[in-house]
Amino acid sequence: MSRHPGLINKTEFPQPDNFSWTEENLRKIDKIIDKYPKKRIQSAVIPILDLAQKQNGGWLSQKAIEKVAKTLSMSIIRVMEVATFYSMFNLEPVGKNFVQICRTTPCWLRGSDKLTKIAKKFTKCELGQLSEDKLFTIVEVECLGACCNAPMVQINNDYYEDLNENILLKILEDLKNNKDVKSGSQIGRINSKPLKQC
Amino acid sequence: MPTIIINDEKIEFKEGMNVLQACELAGIEIPRFCYHDRLSIAGNCRMCLVEMENSPKPIASCAMPATDGMKIKTNSKIVKDARHGVMEFLLINHPLDCPICDQGGECDLQDQAMYYGFDKSSYKENKRAVNNKYMGPLISTIMTRCIHCTRCVRFSTEIAGVDDLGLLGRGEKAEITTYLEKAMNSELSGNVIDLCPVGALTNKPYEFQARPWELKKTETIDVFDAVGSNIRVDSIGKKVLRVLPRINEDINEEWINDKTRFAIDGLQKQRLDKCYIKENERFQETSWKKALDRIILQINKTSSKNIMTLSGKLSDVETIFSTKMLFDNIGSNNYECRIDNVRIEPKARVSYTFNTGIARIEESDLILLIGTNPRWEASILNARIRKSYLNNNTRVALIGNKKDLTYDYEYLGNSLKILEDILNEKNDFSLLMKESKKPMIILGEAALARQDGNCVLNVCRKMCEKFSIVDKNWNGFNFLNSSISKIGALDIGFYNESFSADVQKNIDKFCSNKESVVFLLGVDEIDMDIFQNSFVVYIGHHGDRGAHRADVILPAPAYTEKDSLYVNLEGRILQAHQCHAPLGDAKEEWKIMKMLGDMLGANMKFKNLHELRELICLSNELFREINVLHKNKFSTFGISGEIIESPIVDVINNFYMTDPISRSSKTMAECTSDILKLNKDALIPND
Repeated sequence: MSRHPGLINKTEFPQPDNFSWTEENLRKIDKIIDKYPKKRIQSAVIPILDLAQKQNGGWLSQKAIEKVAKTLSMSIIRVMEVATFYSMFNLEPVGKNFVQICRTTPCWLRGSDKLTKIAKKFTKCELGQLSEDKLFTIVEVECLGACCNAPMVQINNDYYEDLNENILLKILEDLKNNKDVKSGSQIGRINSKPLKQC
Repeated sequence: MPTIIINDEKIEFKEGMNVLQACELAGIEIPRFCYHDRLSIAGNCRMCLVEMENSPKPIASCAMPATDGMKIKTNSKIVKDARHGVMEFLLINHPLDCPICDQGGECDLQDQAMYYGFDKSSYKENKRAVNNKYMGPLISTIMTRCIHCTRCVRFSTEIAGVDDLGLLGRGEKAEITTYLEKAMNSELSGNVIDLCPVGALTNKPYEFQARPWELKKTETIDVFDAVGSNIRVDSIGKKVLRVLPRINEDINEEWINDKTRFAIDGLQKQRLDKCYIKENERFQETSWKKALDRIILQINKTSSKNIMTLSGKLSDVETIFSTKMLFDNIGSNNYECRIDNVRIEPKARVSYTFNTGIARIEESDLILLIGTNPRWEASILNARIRKSYLNNNTRVALIGNKKDLTYDYEYLGNSLKILEDILNEKNDFSLLMKESKKPMIILGEAALARQDGNCVLNVCRKMCEKFSIVDKNWNGFNFLNSSISKIGALDIGFYNESFSADVQKNIDKFCSNKESVVFLLGVDEIDMDIFQNSFVVYIGHHGDRGAHRADVILPAPAYTEKDSLYVNLEGRILQAHQCHAPLGDAKEEWKIMKMLGDMLGANMKFKNLHELRELICLSNELFREINVLHKNKFSTFGISGEIIESPIVDVINNFYMTDPISRSSKTMAECTSDILKLNKDALIPND
């Protein structure tokens, strides 16, 4: 993304009018807060923001941030500081499939540039943009820690490893058509085992 | 005492100091941007790097605790190179707009770049640019200049107690802002301008007005509240351009509130600079002689028993003393300063001063606020309470209207009956009072400006006796006064004993039905209808309500235009100095009184300010010592009686407009509309 979305605190896109916790998440919040000392419940801000982001379809709206602040009795600006510091929090709407392409050296050497190019072409949008059908947002990220199976991407909560342009294209197409996609290595590798026995 | 070796010199330091402070003890200046001795340590500017023995790289001296036997070097090549490097990094994204920057000439970055930087940069790329942020009508922002020291963020969170500012984003993309660019919601917000080491946050009304080296700097006293903050007034010719705080650890540390800093544009507006006489319901400009003659004529026509004078919010000691002298001479004792009807007892000084002292609030462990909103009545004092709350775990309780005081407090209710319950141990709070080692009662004007004020005072005195709030080394009884003139007037004896029962009613009675002459010394906060049958002489500097009602207006200088004494809420005598000559034909009040006295044949025993001050000191020895906190003997005060069950009504409804000067100020009007109205739920009590 060209600039960090958190800095746009005057938003240029429609914001939902409200945000309220689901019953299930309220229970989860209690559990999360329980992990921290009673007078320091603000420590729970990152897991609670993450929960809010999940509930809100992958991004944090203004109201969601305000709600988190209220839940933890913090000031809104303190929550904003956290939400804008970490790139894992999105402050703009993202597609149903949030595709993070690893671009750090091992993946880059194994052709992550090509993956980015094909993904951009497929979704017809730039990095960080929401595709017109609202199904995809493509971003480049730094190392996701699966270098042995480079190149790889993360789509929502799953890793897709040992990719090449065709495999990624197939995955994206399947996602677009709502088909099931197998996560993990795409060439039958088990975990990070070497492919050939030496 | 532990010792530290700095540049081969042994220095003793106190446990808990950091290396930077130890270096300061040794008389070595360490450059810094983010470190500030009243704020928490951030350690993010890296300017204070020094060399430590056995450390492979330089250390940030502000964030490193000093330890016994540590060896520090501040003049080695490593340190010099480190400072060069840090300076170069800081300047990478800092614009070269010093010629158009308001901070120019008093900029930490500019100065330190001269001393510790060098003249080249190896950076060839584009500089970053940052959008300016709106932070309200007081603070102007040029965010490209920001070096991310976060002093402003730490100030607003720690001292001001409002979590409004924050550092969003990170790395090169980091920006200081308020949430959704709302105005900063604090009475102390102006202090971030002083704290900002560069020109990122600057004084909006002062923008592009002057350069610091052109200004005449006068050290004086603030009069907008009774705290008496020490200030420095910068002026050019007959115009006050800005106000800065002066350090006084006993009073305002190094902060001032926004009214003190920004209401000064009111000094140029609505000013009375000529004498006026009302003829046919219209004011006619006139000369001093004609105006004074008119007054003398009226005084001679009137029996001295029917002449009265009232003192206003901003009157200084000289004014009040010379007026009293004139009135004593013409045989009238109808002078009064208690026009707000606050039932304090003039005879017991302990009953109308802030006895604990502002600085000693920090020692207290329990504070009971009664009918006061310290955030608005004395913002600086409120910052001390917050400091005590943070550092000393002081518990605070409030009787009165609920409001955001920037710290947590226990809310006891909005009825003064609760005081009786506490006294009779029917309230849980009594137990806390009993257990507390250094409890404080802070009694506000709102609690005493009622019919049962004397009884409230009485109950508070009894509480002091019962819960040992007052002992040899600690006096926890405090009255929080909100006008700077009041205590000085009471110390001089500017009150009429026979009015005491109900001052307002007695003034009403005095003015009704008979012809009288009334001198108003800058009085605007009183119902002007009561003077229907009176001949009103208004002596003051602003065309406010008092001047509108007047028959003769005599122009007087405002607080920045005269040498005068004030007494702050602690009973501390403070000396203010003249910044520039009075506007127009204005004359100091004591000169006016001298002229009137001479014309009436009264014995005014002074010829100049020096002699007048000597007389003041003779009448009350307290005035000999400037800036000294006197111990007042605890005595009996208050009248026993029943406290009436009725809610407390706050005395200040709008922090930004409390007196003629701030009411004429455009900046304060903007604050009223921008800050107060936008943030109604946070600031306005009862909401």
